[in-house]
Amino acid sequence: MQHLKAGRTLALATACVAALTGVALADPDLTAELVIDGELHLVTRAPSDDVITPNLPERYSGFLFRDPATRDMQMDDFENPAMLAVEEGEGLWSTVEGTAGQSCQDCHGDAADSMAGVRASMPHVNGDGVLWSMENYVNNCRTTRMGAAEPWGWNSGQMRAMTSYISMQSRGMPVNVAIDGAAAPYWEQGREMYYTRFGQLELSCANCHEDSAGLMIRADHLSQGQISGFPTYRLKDQRVVSIHNRFVGCIRDTRAETFAMGSPEFIALELYVASRGNGLAVEGVSVRP
Amino acid sequence: MTDVRPRIRLPRSAAAGDSIVVKTLINHDMESGQRRNSAGEIIPRQIVNRFTCEYAGVMVIDMELHGAISANPYIEFEAVVPASGDFVFTWYDDNGEVYTSTESFTVA
Repeated sequence: MQHLKAGRTLALATACVAALTGVALADPDLTAELVIDGELHLVTRAPSDDVITPNLPERYSGFLFRDPATRDMQMDDFENPAMLAVEEGEGLWSTVEGTAGQSCQDCHGDAADSMAGVRASMPHVNGDGVLWSMENYVNNCRTTRMGAAEPWGWNSGQMRAMTSYISMQSRGMPVNVAIDGAAAPYWEQGREMYYTRFGQLELSCANCHEDSAGLMIRADHLSQGQISGFPTYRLKDQRVVSIHNRFVGCIRDTRAETFAMGSPEFIALELYVASRGNGLAVEGVSVRP
Repeated sequence: MTDVRPRIRLPRSAAAGDSIVVKTLINHDMESGQRRNSAGEIIPRQIVNRFTCEYAGVMVIDMELHGAISANPYIEFEAVVPASGDFVFTWYDDNGEVYTSTESFTVA
């Protein structure tokens, strides 16, 4: 509890009040529309299917589960605090580092062209048949192409800034990860994890995010656990949070020893969870409580 | 703080004498002084403790910030713009650093 800062306390207090005053926060708000700066409409509902999400009536972005104040923050690019990370990532994109004397930009050019669609298809099986997340690709470039001394830590500020910036280039595009071919065994592994109960509380991902989406778990409103909005600015953490960081949080809350960020297990789980959101719009960088 | 990047948003245009909405955001940890590091030691407080905005040399807002303000403080307020001029925004850090940003504004 030593990490508690005022923002979280306030958020908890607000949630408690809402819980006491009735069902105002229960269930997704299907009337909410996600429109960035009054111009860019993002898809927050997508049809389910019998292969990936046979138990979901429809796929809902986490956006629909949040309260209006949080949604408003995401709908204005100025008020969205994640844009600070996006700006930082934009700076890193053109920063020369390593023995090759190159920046991301020297190979990839304008990110708006070269990185469009990248977030929508991650994680992705690389040329060697291994499933990689965006973070793996970034670090591979750094160490093998740029000759940078150090890969970035999975949860480092630079990595979160870079993935935020790259994700923004896919904003509005539908999530569309491949689950067949070389990805199939990874997807099966991820699905197995999703339905496996972990920890002293013996909770699987599905117990909360499939069986109980829309309900309250104490003061928290359970969503479908979609990751189409990641990286996301979490108000309780007061910073941008990566997908794997969120996985750690969930598994820790089941009182289990978690897998490490960047572990093959989490990359497989990321693929499976991403596929459950196929059809939802990449939100670039979202805001969540 | 390294690499502090203030962000400002002003309306595109306004008539002389209008009241306009000014939005500001700055990236800052706003370390409250209440938290402890992994060794159990208090992390010293380091926040932005004062924010000011002047327009054409006239003070628009001068506020004190305290420990309960979240990271990356977002400040929104209204300002009357009688004529064209420069907005000067200033953030004062506990460590003595001062971050400044200037934006010109033209009234129609």
